[in-house]
Amino acid sequence: MTDARASEAPSTATTSPAGGAATEDARPAFPPEARERLAEIKRRYTQEKAALIPALHLAQELWGGWLPEEAVLAVANEMGLPAAEVWGVVSFYDLFHDRPVGRHRLRVCNNLPCQLRGAEEILEVLHEELGVGEGQVTPDGRCSFVHFECLGSCDTAPMMMIDDRYEENLTPERVREILRGLD
Amino acid sequence: MAFEPVLTRNVGRPEARTAAGYRKGGGYEALAKALKLEPDAVIEEVKASGLRGRGGAGFPCGMKWGFIPKGSDKPKYIVCNADESEPGTFKDRLLMEHDPHLLIEGCAIAGWAVGAATTYIYIRGEYTYAANVLEEAIRDAYEEGVLGEKVLGSSFRHDVYVHRGAGAYICGEETGLLESLEGKRGQPRVKPPFPAVIGAFGAPTVINNVETLCCVPGILERGAAWFKGIGTDERNTGPKLYAISGHVERPGTYEFPIGVKFSELLDAAGGMYRGGELKAFIPGGASAAILGPEHRDLPLDFDQVAKAGSMLGSAAVMVMDDTVCLVRATLRLAAFFNHESCGQCTPCREGTNWMDILLAKIEAGRATEAELRVLSEVPDMIAGNCLCALGDAAAGPVRSLVKSFLPEIEKHFEHGGCPYPHRRYFDAA
Repeated sequence: MTDARASEAPSTATTSPAGGAATEDARPAFPPEARERLAEIKRRYTQEKAALIPALHLAQELWGGWLPEEAVLAVANEMGLPAAEVWGVVSFYDLFHDRPVGRHRLRVCNNLPCQLRGAEEILEVLHEELGVGEGQVTPDGRCSFVHFECLGSCDTAPMMMIDDRYEENLTPERVREILRGLD
Repeated sequence: MAFEPVLTRNVGRPEARTAAGYRKGGGYEALAKALKLEPDAVIEEVKASGLRGRGGAGFPCGMKWGFIPKGSDKPKYIVCNADESEPGTFKDRLLMEHDPHLLIEGCAIAGWAVGAATTYIYIRGEYTYAANVLEEAIRDAYEEGVLGEKVLGSSFRHDVYVHRGAGAYICGEETGLLESLEGKRGQPRVKPPFPAVIGAFGAPTVINNVETLCCVPGILERGAAWFKGIGTDERNTGPKLYAISGHVERPGTYEFPIGVKFSELLDAAGGMYRGGELKAFIPGGASAAILGPEHRDLPLDFDQVAKAGSMLGSAAVMVMDDTVCLVRATLRLAAFFNHESCGQCTPCREGTNWMDILLAKIEAGRATEAELRVLSEVPDMIAGNCLCALGDAAAGPVRSLVKSFLPEIEKHFEHGGCPYPHRRYFDAA
């Protein structure tokens, strides 16, 4: 179920970030402001490569929540690393996406404490309300959802993460209300 | 004697999130005191306190610091493990969100003790709010002269940086964390060499859990004897955070002297959810063996939980009432470990997969007796045969299910599947 993927990307998701600069040889690159941020991050480490995961977080912000090939190539370029190495890192971590995601990314915690307090019902509601399976994007590009491992909020189970924020003590009604409130 | 909470004293005191407010409550006095001592004296004080690591392994903190080679001019690092990903654990998040300066103070004291000019706080990527609180507190600490070139006006330099992870349980394993910090896949390293010799960027490195570092200022401020006076015995000392979740009325983080009885913790959390009957509990996160109600009065310290056949781990206590199917609960944990195995060592990569598959078959009523035998053998094929403890961790709950809760499995065979009512979301997959 988790491997079911959207067959088509939402129309807005693959465009370059605003102001995205291309280098002289037209390789994908970061816009100047992001490059400055990255340069500041690189200075924190004695080995520049340590900035790779921060760079991927930055790229994912710039490219609409996921990492199309262009974004990965831009990171490889900014970091001076082979693209294959960057892909290897991307595929290792659950917060990096190499497939399109919705404008809002919903991650439902489903480890034991949340399961004990009703996480599966929350997943059922999302499935029903959004009309797509896990990892798929709604046709309007608005949402995608997945079940996720422990998010460290077991005292407010069941819960989910929407983009960067936690929504806690969920009930089916509350989930529907939250969905109605998403742009 | 009434126990006075130490670690959680600033929870619900929002002013403590600024350096000035933290100082008003006596904050940064321990750091000032430490800077007046020789670094070795600080290490000795922490050793004398008996503080054991709060991340899961329970390794003596002072001894860990003592392993850092002295007299070398190589840089050294403090790495704070804030990758809190052990299912059921949410205590470090509480500390970081409510008392970020306590952690910063602990990092700086550790830095002074071992001669490290830099701390990296490796925080799990999902904790965006906690990361922002920390970033803000760090900025404030620089402005107040707590961090930077002259820590509290001394000649000691210390910088603290927040480094966000990106969603991988294995990065809580200390060498997996170091790989990830260095910009790689978080696959654990071969040990030795241990991080104290070759850690981050090839340099000697201390890796401590958030709660461990948060214990340090108190030890410096009130003395090792005070810390040692709290707890069950010499090997189990100090205040401890217990994160209790599942079928209890008030899930949350509770501070007790280490060694509080499970029953007392359960009472503090308001008792069983809706008056249910206790069926089982896991005392130390997803990696720990499941215990039955006969252990209700078990003191939750490192040694007594180990004696009961489980482990204190991160002290994440998950409580289950009698509506819970233990096969299904264990399946959930097995699926988690299967997903999180980094794939490097064959016993773990294959074994976690098989435990997941076989438990799913039992739950669905499709397993044979022979498959149950295989399931009972897999944990021992994984444990001890891998580079890191993830495989051992994955083996823990499955082994305990087969060993201590066999009737629960037999019920599935008799019933031709799960006899308990439950949702079918994952069954449809």
